[in-house]
Amino acid sequence: MEISVKINGTPQKHEIEPRQLLVDFVRSTAGLTGTHIGCDTTSCGVCTVLLDGVPVKSCTVFAAQVDGHEVATVEGLKSNGELHAIQKAFTAHHGLQCGFCTPAMMLVGAAFIEENDNPSDDEVRWAISGNLCRCTGYVNIVKAIQAAAEERRAQ
Amino acid sequence: MTAAQTLSTPPEIGGIGHSVPRQEDARLIEGQGNFLDDISLPGMLHMAIHRSPVAHARIRGVNTEAAAAVPGVVAVVTGELMAQHNLAWMPTLSGDTQAVLATDKVRYQGQEVACVIASDPYTAADAAALVEVDYDVLDPVTSPQQSLADGAPLIRDEKEGQTDNLVYTWESGDSDATDAAFDSAARVVSLETHYPRSHPAPLETCGIVADINSVTGQATLYMTSQAPHAHRTLFALVAGLPEQNIRIISPDIGGGFGNKVPIYPGYVVATAASLLLGTPVKWIESRTDNLISTGFGRDYHMRGELALSEDGRILALRADVLSDQGAFYSDAQPSKLRAGLFHVVTGSYDFPSAHVTCRGAFTNKAPGGVAYRCSFRITEASYLIERLVQNAAYEIGEDPADFRLRNFIKPEQFPYTTPTGFVYDSGDYHTAMRKAMDEVDYTALRAEQAEARAEGRLIGIGVAHFTEAVGAGPSRTFDIAGLKMFDSAELRVHPTGKAILKLGVKTQGQGHETTFAQIVANELGIPVTDIKVVHGDTDHTPYGLGTYGSRSTPTGGAATAMVSRKLADKSRKIAAHLLEAAEADLDFSAGVFSVRGTPDRSVTIQDVAFAAYTNMPEGVEHGLEGSYYYDPPNLTFPYGSYIVVVEVDAETGVWKVDRMVALDDCGVRINPMIVEGQIQGGLTEGFAKSSMQWITFDEDGNCIGSNFMDYLVPTAWETPRFELLETCVPSPHHPIGAKGVGESATVGSPAAFVNAVIDALAHLGVRNIDMPVLPDRVWAALQSAGGGVG
Ligand code: FES
Ligand code: FES
Repeated sequence: MEISVKINGTPQKHEIEPRQLLVDFVRSTAGLTGTHIGCDTTSCGVCTVLLDGVPVKSCTVFAAQVDGHEVATVEGLKSNGELHAIQKAFTAHHGLQCGFCTPAMMLVGAAFIEENDNPSDDEVRWAISGNLCRCTGYVNIVKAIQAAAEERRAQ
Repeated sequence: MTAAQTLSTPPEIGGIGHSVPRQEDARLIEGQGNFLDDISLPGMLHMAIHRSPVAHARIRGVNTEAAAAVPGVVAVVTGELMAQHNLAWMPTLSGDTQAVLATDKVRYQGQEVACVIASDPYTAADAAALVEVDYDVLDPVTSPQQSLADGAPLIRDEKEGQTDNLVYTWESGDSDATDAAFDSAARVVSLETHYPRSHPAPLETCGIVADINSVTGQATLYMTSQAPHAHRTLFALVAGLPEQNIRIISPDIGGGFGNKVPIYPGYVVATAASLLLGTPVKWIESRTDNLISTGFGRDYHMRGELALSEDGRILALRADVLSDQGAFYSDAQPSKLRAGLFHVVTGSYDFPSAHVTCRGAFTNKAPGGVAYRCSFRITEASYLIERLVQNAAYEIGEDPADFRLRNFIKPEQFPYTTPTGFVYDSGDYHTAMRKAMDEVDYTALRAEQAEARAEGRLIGIGVAHFTEAVGAGPSRTFDIAGLKMFDSAELRVHPTGKAILKLGVKTQGQGHETTFAQIVANELGIPVTDIKVVHGDTDHTPYGLGTYGSRSTPTGGAATAMVSRKLADKSRKIAAHLLEAAEADLDFSAGVFSVRGTPDRSVTIQDVAFAAYTNMPEGVEHGLEGSYYYDPPNLTFPYGSYIVVVEVDAETGVWKVDRMVALDDCGVRINPMIVEGQIQGGLTEGFAKSSMQWITFDEDGNCIGSNFMDYLVPTAWETPRFELLETCVPSPHHPIGAKGVGESATVGSPAAFVNAVIDALAHLGVRNIDMPVLPDRVWAALQSAGGGVG
């Protein structure tokens, strides 16, 4: 079947297998490997993309379901050659170690600070509780998201 | 920057002690990391594994017809086919053999039986499910106690001379002296506890892309490997491939924690398939594959005893371990040490005698025994002694912190030889512990606890003080499969003064591309941002044993410092030539050579680098590059004092961390930001193990914990907040005084968390709850102690 989808702002058409998962579509068909796979049970969140601006676990969505919609991935965070505030904050606050969970964490963070640009520690922790990280112990991820929120507020 | 450290470079150079931002971040935050599954080669096929659904069974037959008939399937590989190429079995890192694909029996649930190679991963998975295996199911052995009991089914019946399920026996220390000490003891405290099986579960699973060119014989193996050089040699030895034609590329790794040290059957089959088919073959584990079949950690059934004197001094320790090894003995640990460094179990305490015995048993469970964020069984040892010490304090009615302070090795006793033969070279445990106690206001905390108890609330204060032994070598003691555990660095300074550093170790998130550049920056004054760090590609890096056991900084970091010093010596010759001065008259600081007394006569390291290719003194070899293979004279001994405060809900058994203070002494901190990141991550792992993370099995040998819905790892929501402190006693033998830190917090913290929960219940007589300290276990302990509510 054919789907039309906007990926990181660019409209595209692709021929897909109806059973293809969105995560495989993004990685293999669209060639955007910044979105990762970490589990079989919708538990880890490393496959997170934004579907019409809302974080979804792309391992649990069929590619066919995004027909006519917009998908944003980590590769689309930068705009006009400028890093997104969340990307800068993850580096500045050492919010990543191996970096495997990072694209998803940043996307969740980026969507979250659009809704809440002055989050408490607990609010950030709740917002990212669908995303696992095995390296950092989360504290610097929380700090990074709060710093990006502050940047957002200042705008 | 720590109090004990002084900066020898300005921030723009970014040497040791600067929290410079990480060089690896740029690609990772833009989704440009290159993880294993991101690699795609022309014509690449995909592999999926058919695994045993049962724990123990004889294989009567394997029928691959239906699988082979699926359109898109290129080949179905069975054990029989592998046997024809003499590859049905492979050696493990501990000198055992492991089935690559089962031929005679399956010995654990999830064992590899057949592999399907197909045009795409979906087809491969579909077809793998269609492989039919006729099993004659046998009784499973699901515990090491059952395994060693009379009449237990023999798991390794294929192993020549193996008549029971015993894997090994090993001992350390002096049994006579220990017995004598116990005979004369005023009191004896004992503890029996199980350090449960858990799984490192890095977020990226394991995988390989095997690409063997049938014309040239070049084998390029992209692997999730913590030890690419060792893997290259093992592939050469096992598969008989010429080593110069094997190139292992370990790309960005999404966490390792010991899970990516062993060689797994999937790697071997994918490589064989690429060789036979002449096309690249990719195999990526699913999370379930990862949790049920690849290297687990721990699973130690431990019994410990302390002999105590009348005045509360430890006289001796006895420890006896029964280790559940699973179906194959594949601990990733030094060859000579069957139980790794478990004999460090005497911990931070000064007493003369100890005796340690360990036995390993085969069971019908996945093999492993990897050092899960730990230096070879040190976590188990640290846990046992720290739990025992707390119970000893209760036994004599003393505060556990005071008991420790009395029994610690004193600063003036270093270097200190432990009863099992470690030579701890440095430390100041008293200062560390007191600093942590001051931070929490320990005395006030105890008073609060007493008040809370009077109100019926259960507050617990858990203390743990660990001493680690990390950074293996020295090579006289440490080897893996015969390969000595030194490590290496190669440094080239280019004419424009920019450098490239190549390492034998391999990062999995620890930040080597930054911290190792900082070591060079510190020694030579070349800015960190001018230094590229290359690692994980065996064609382009010097030989090394890889990254695990907190060994990168102690070995590879030392090699980096030493090679930098070699180049500094040569640079001095060149600078003397440029300045027309005697070498001995030159000062060198932060990248500038100047003539002593006339500081305006100076040249920079960049000038020197240019001269190395353009204007060399007579008789000096051109270029500015070198390599160094570093064999450490001893292990390093990081330590720390951790204090945890918990509140336990008497009605539900749920416990919550109110506070945790973690003081670490890892010697000189190269990049304090990265060190703290490592500690935060490690503490989270320690919390995870003490509270939720375990792999268990039912009586049929079914793995409970085969996915992230059953195997619970903490999210941000459950993870407590940790407060970090430090002291700095530099390693006396390491060139920059660093000791390694990646695993300290995982090693040291589980005992602190469990001690805290036990402490909350201690007045009721509770002395042990095994990890994970799940609420139902706490509740049951409360009920039997008569302290429960409802
Ligand atoms: S891959 Fe784990 S939630 Fe999607
Ligand atoms: S940084 Fe490694 S999993 Fe989050």
